[in-house]
Amino acid sequence: MSITVPEEGLLARAARFSPPRRYLPVLGTFALFIGMFGVGGIRYEGFADPQVFLTLLLDNAFLIVLAVGMTFVILTGGIDLSVGSNVALSTLIAARTLELGWPVVAVIGVVLLAGTLLGTAMGLLIHYFDIQPFIATLAGMFLARGLCYLISVDSIPIKDETFSAIAFGSITLPGGYYLGWTAVFALVIVAVAAYVLSSTRFGRTVYALGGSEPSALLMGLPVAATKVGVYAISGLCAALGGLLFALYTLSGYSLHAVGMELDAIAAVVIGGTLLTGGRGFVIGSLLGVLVLGTIQTFISFDGTLSSWWTRITIGVLVLVFVVAQRVLTRR
Amino acid sequence: MSQAEVKPPGPVVEMLDVSITFGAVRALDEVSLRLLPGEVHALMGENGAGKSTLIKALTGVYTIDSGRVVIDGVETQFATPAAAQHAGISTVYQEVNLVPNLTVAENMLLGREPRRLGRIDRREMNRRAAASLQALGIDVDPASELGSHPIAVQQLVAIARAVDTDARVLILDEPTSSLDADEVARLFEVMRRLRDHGTAIVFVSHFLDQVFEISDRMTILRNGRVVGERLVEETTQLELVQLMIGRDLQVLERLDHAAHEATEETSAEQRLPVLSAVGLGRKGSLEATDLNLYAGEVVGIAGLLGSGRTELARLLFGADAPDTGDLTVKGSSRRRLRSPRHAIDRKLAFCSEDRKAEGVFGELSVADNMLLGLQASRGWLRPIPAITRSTLVSEFMTALDIRPADPSLPMRSLSGGNQQKVLLARWLITEPDVLLLDEPTRGIDIGAKTQIQQLVADLAEKGMSVVFISAELEEVLRLSHRLVVLKDRRKIAERPNRGIDVNDVLEIITGEPGGLVEKEWADA
Amino acid sequence: MPESPGTVKALGARALAHRLFWPLAALGALLVVNLIATPTFFNVRIQDGHLFGSLVDIVRNGAPVLLVAIGMTLVIATRGIDLSVGAVAAIAGAVACVYIVKSPADGAAGTAVVAVTMALAVCVALGLWNGFLVSVVGIQPIIATLVLMVAGRGIAMLVTGGQITTVNNDTFAALASGHLLTLPVAALIALGVFAATQIVVRRTALGLLIESVGINPEASRLAGVRSRTIIWTVYVFAALCAGTAGLIVAANTHSVNANSLGLWIELDAILAVVIGGTSLAGGRFSLTGTLVGAMLIATLTRTIPNIGIPAEANYLFKALVVVIVCLLQSPKARAVLQRRRDRTPTGPSREEAVV
Repeated sequence: MSITVPEEGLLARAARFSPPRRYLPVLGTFALFIGMFGVGGIRYEGFADPQVFLTLLLDNAFLIVLAVGMTFVILTGGIDLSVGSNVALSTLIAARTLELGWPVVAVIGVVLLAGTLLGTAMGLLIHYFDIQPFIATLAGMFLARGLCYLISVDSIPIKDETFSAIAFGSITLPGGYYLGWTAVFALVIVAVAAYVLSSTRFGRTVYALGGSEPSALLMGLPVAATKVGVYAISGLCAALGGLLFALYTLSGYSLHAVGMELDAIAAVVIGGTLLTGGRGFVIGSLLGVLVLGTIQTFISFDGTLSSWWTRITIGVLVLVFVVAQRVLTRR
Repeated sequence: MSQAEVKPPGPVVEMLDVSITFGAVRALDEVSLRLLPGEVHALMGENGAGKSTLIKALTGVYTIDSGRVVIDGVETQFATPAAAQHAGISTVYQEVNLVPNLTVAENMLLGREPRRLGRIDRREMNRRAAASLQALGIDVDPASELGSHPIAVQQLVAIARAVDTDARVLILDEPTSSLDADEVARLFEVMRRLRDHGTAIVFVSHFLDQVFEISDRMTILRNGRVVGERLVEETTQLELVQLMIGRDLQVLERLDHAAHEATEETSAEQRLPVLSAVGLGRKGSLEATDLNLYAGEVVGIAGLLGSGRTELARLLFGADAPDTGDLTVKGSSRRRLRSPRHAIDRKLAFCSEDRKAEGVFGELSVADNMLLGLQASRGWLRPIPAITRSTLVSEFMTALDIRPADPSLPMRSLSGGNQQKVLLARWLITEPDVLLLDEPTRGIDIGAKTQIQQLVADLAEKGMSVVFISAELEEVLRLSHRLVVLKDRRKIAERPNRGIDVNDVLEIITGEPGGLVEKEWADA
Repeated sequence: MPESPGTVKALGARALAHRLFWPLAALGALLVVNLIATPTFFNVRIQDGHLFGSLVDIVRNGAPVLLVAIGMTLVIATRGIDLSVGAVAAIAGAVACVYIVKSPADGAAGTAVVAVTMALAVCVALGLWNGFLVSVVGIQPIIATLVLMVAGRGIAMLVTGGQITTVNNDTFAALASGHLLTLPVAALIALGVFAATQIVVRRTALGLLIESVGINPEASRLAGVRSRTIIWTVYVFAALCAGTAGLIVAANTHSVNANSLGLWIELDAILAVVIGGTSLAGGRFSLTGTLVGAMLIATLTRTIPNIGIPAEANYLFKALVVVIVCLLQSPKARAVLQRRRDRTPTGPSREEAVV
C-alpha cells in the first residue's frame, strides 16, 4: 500500500494501471489468441496472412456486437438468453420491411427499436418483479422466436441494393488488404462500449452492480435504471447484430442464429469476464469472439478435423476459464 | 440518573420516544437518543437489545410506529437510506458496503465522480480521493482495487466515503470487530479527528475497552428500552455491564443448588474427559484454548458478545475449521474435526445461536425438523421407519412440551421458544454424549426458558456433558458445574462454580475488583 | 372467481391445492378450447389392441419433456439447475444409435438392450461430471452445467461422426412407438419414472434431504446432512432422465441428429417445473406439479395447430405462459396485485394475466 499521489507520469500511470490480477484473464485470452494464431501460422500455409485475421473480423462481426451487449449484462451478474432469437427476429423484420419497400433508414430504425424494446421489457420484468434473468430472458427468447414465425416461416431473401452495397463494401488497407464495413462497424461498437464502461457513470455503476447490488443500493446509485439499461443495451446490440447478420446472409429467416446466445456467452466467458459479474472488459469479449473464430478457421484450414471439435474446444475453454476464475476469486 | 449533568449544546439528532413493533415483538419501546455535535456516542447493549433497530429507524431503513425524529430542530422521517445520507447522516456497517471490484477512489466517489465533458475524470477523481484519504490520515493508493486490501482498510475507505459526503452524523456499526489492535488505533485516530471537526459519531461496539477509550457519552439499551444514558468518564465498566445484561433473578431459583452438588463427590479431574481440546484456536475468532468436558457436567461459558463464546462452540463442533490445536473425543485418536458430520458421528451435537439461519427449516414440518439430524446420519437410503418416527416425535413433543402439539405444521408457524425446543429435540434424538448449546434461551418466552433450563439440568444428571453458553450470567451460573470465562477471544478464567455470583464474574470480565478476586489465568 | 388466491392460507395440503390451482385451471381451459375446436378431441378408441386418441398422443408426445422435467425438479429443489440435459439427451441417443448401427446384429433385441444400457451408463458419467463441478469445485450450477451444454452437442457429433445415424431395430423403436397393455411405451416409461421417483423421494429420506439442502444449506451442514452426496445424486438422476428422454426421441425418429435432438428441451423442462410450482430458489418441490406442467406444455403444443394457428407460434404462447406463471409466483407482483385489489373490492380479474 504505497501512497503516491503523483504527478501522473505516463510511465507511472502505466505501471499503476497494470495490477496483474484484474487484467490476468484478458491477458490470458490474448495470449491464447496469439498462440493459436501462431500455431496456425506454423502448421498451415497462408494462415498467418493478415487477411485471414481481417476475414475473421468480417465473419464474426455480428457475434462481436452480440458479445458486447452480453458483456454489459453479465457484468451486472445477469444473463441474456434472448439474443439469438432477437437476431433472427431482426433479420426477419429487416427482410420483410425491405420486401414491403420501406426506405432503408426506416428499416434500420424499426429493427433497432424492436430489439431495444424487447430488451427493456425483460429488464423491467427482472428488476421490478424480481424474476430471475434466466427465466425472464428465456421468455424473451420464446417470444422473439414466436414472432419470427408469425412474420414468416420461410426464409426471405434481401435484394435491396443499399444492403448489398453495405454487405460487400470494404475499406482497403495498405498492402492490398481489405476490411469489410461490417467489421469496421463492429470494432466501432466495441470502442464505444469500452468507453461507456470505463469512463461514464453508467459504466461504473454496471461494475458496481456486479460487485454487490445491496452495496450499490446503499451507496445511492441508480440501480433500477442501470439494471434495466443493460438489458436494453443487450437488446439493442442484438438488433444491431441482427442487422449485421442480415447483411452477412442477405436473408431473413426464423431459423437463423439458433443457439447463438451460447456462442455469445461463451465468447464473454472466454474473454475473461466473470459470470457472477463485476469483472471483465469488452475488449476481452472481442478477443473471446476472435478465439472462437480462430478455432473455426483452424478447422477449415486443417481439413482433417471435423466441425464438432469447435463445440468441444469451446466447452473446454469455457471450463478452463470458469475454473481458473473460481480459483482466482476464491483467494 | 446522571442525565441532568449532560447539558446539551443543541443536539444534531434527537430521537424522542421512538417505538417500533415487528409482529408481536416490540423491538424499540419509547427509546430516546440525543447526539451532540463533536462527540463520540457509544450505543451499548447485548444482542437483541435494539441497537441496530434504532440505527435503522434513524437512517430510514425502518419506519417508526410512534415517536419523533428531530434533525437540527426539524422533525424529519427519512424514507430511504439515501435520503438520510443526503441529510448528512452516513452509516458504515460491519460488513463493508462497498464494491470490492472497483478502485478505492471509485468507491469513495461512486455516483459523484468528477466529470469532464461527460467523461469521468480519473485523474481528478484519484486526486480528490487521495486528498480526502490524506486528510483522514489513511495511507492507501486510491487507484488500487478495493478488494485487494484487508477488511480494515476497506472499513477505513468506507468511513472516508461516508465523511466525504459531508456527514454531520457518522454511524459506525461494529467497525472494529474485524480489526487488530494497530488498525483499531488508526480508526480511532480518524474518529478523533472527525469529532474535533464537529461530527457526531455513533459508535457501536462490543469491546468494552475500546468504548471506554474513544467514547464521550453512551446510551445503554436492553430489551428495546433505554436503561441509561451516561458520561463515559463517570461510569465504570462494571456499572455498564450490569446495565447491559440486567438482572433476571426471579426465574428458577429452585434449580440453584441441586445441580451444583452433583459432581462434588466424583472429582472431575480423576475421570477421562468425554471431549478434550488442546490449544484449539482459529485466527480472528479464538486464541488457542484448552478445554475438557466430562460426562454429567454442565460447563457454562460466560463472556460478552464478541468474547469468543460462539466461536468456541463452533470450533468444538467442527462448524469452523480450527487453525491450531487438537480435539480428542472420548480419548480416541487425536484428530481435528473436519466437519459437523464428523462431529455428529462422534456423538457431538450443537444448537447454533442463530436459529433462523443455522437451524430452522421453515417450510419443513415440525416432525421433519425434529428428525433431520437422525435421518442425516442414517443417510437417505435408510429412512426412519414410520413407527419409530411417530414414537420419537410424540415422545419428544410431550417431553419438551412443544406447542401446538401438531407435528405436521410447518416449522415457521411455531414461536421462537417452541422452535428452539424442536431443535433441541433434533439433537436429543441423536443421543449425543456432548451437547453444545449456544444461547438456547435467547429471545424466547419465560415459560419455555424455564423448561429448557430444567431440561439441561436433567440431561446432565443422566450423564450427558453439556456446554451452556448464554449472555445471561445468572442463567449460566445457575446451571453450570464449572465456569469458563472468555474475554476478547481468550479464555481468561476457568473454575468450579462454587460460591460464585454475578458480581464475581463481572469482576473477572471487567478486571475491576468489587472485591478480592484470585484469577486463574489460562495458559495462552 | 369464488376462491381468490389471497384468501387461501398457504398451509399443508391446501397449499398444494393452491399451488396447482392455476396450472390445472390452465390445463383444463386448454382442453376445453380443444374440445370446442374439435368435438371429438376426447375420443379414445382401441385399434389393433392399441389405444389411440388425442389425449393419448399428448401424454406420449409429452413423455420426453416430462422425463427431463422430473430430473430437473430434484436438481432445482437443491437450488441448482441443469442446462446440459438437452446435450445429454443427444449424447445418449448418439451412443445408442451408433452402437446399434455398428453392431453386427443391428436388428436384434439384445443389441438394443446393450445399446440402451451403454447410453445410460454414459449419462451416469455425465451426471457425475456435473455433480463434481457443482459440489466439489463449487461452481454455480448454471455455470457448471453450461460447460456440458456447450460441449455436449460436439461430443454427440463426435460419437455419430457428424452423420444423421439411422437405425433399424424394432426393439429400440418400440421405446417410442411400441405399445404395452394397449398403452404407448413412451408414456409408460415416463409415467413409470414419475411414479418410481415419487415413491423413492417420499418413501426414503431423499426428498426430505433434498429439500433441506435447498431450503437452508448452512443449517443442513450443521445438521450433518451429506450435501455433497445429495447433490451428486440429483445431477446423476437428472442426466439419467435426460438420457432416457433422448433415447425415446431417437427411437421415435429411428435416428439421431446430434444437432437437433433434444434442442431446447432443458428450457421446456425448466418451464414445466416452474409451472408446477417448484420455486427456482430451491426447497419444497412438487413432482405432481411438474407432471401437470409437462402435460400443460404438451397440451399447448397440441392445441395450437388444432385451433388453426401455425404450430410454430407455440413459442409465443410459451413466452406468455412463462411470464404469467412467474408473475403469479413473484412476491413483488403479488404485492402490486394485492394493492390493486384492495382498491377495487371486486376481487381478482383477468388483470393478473396482463400486468
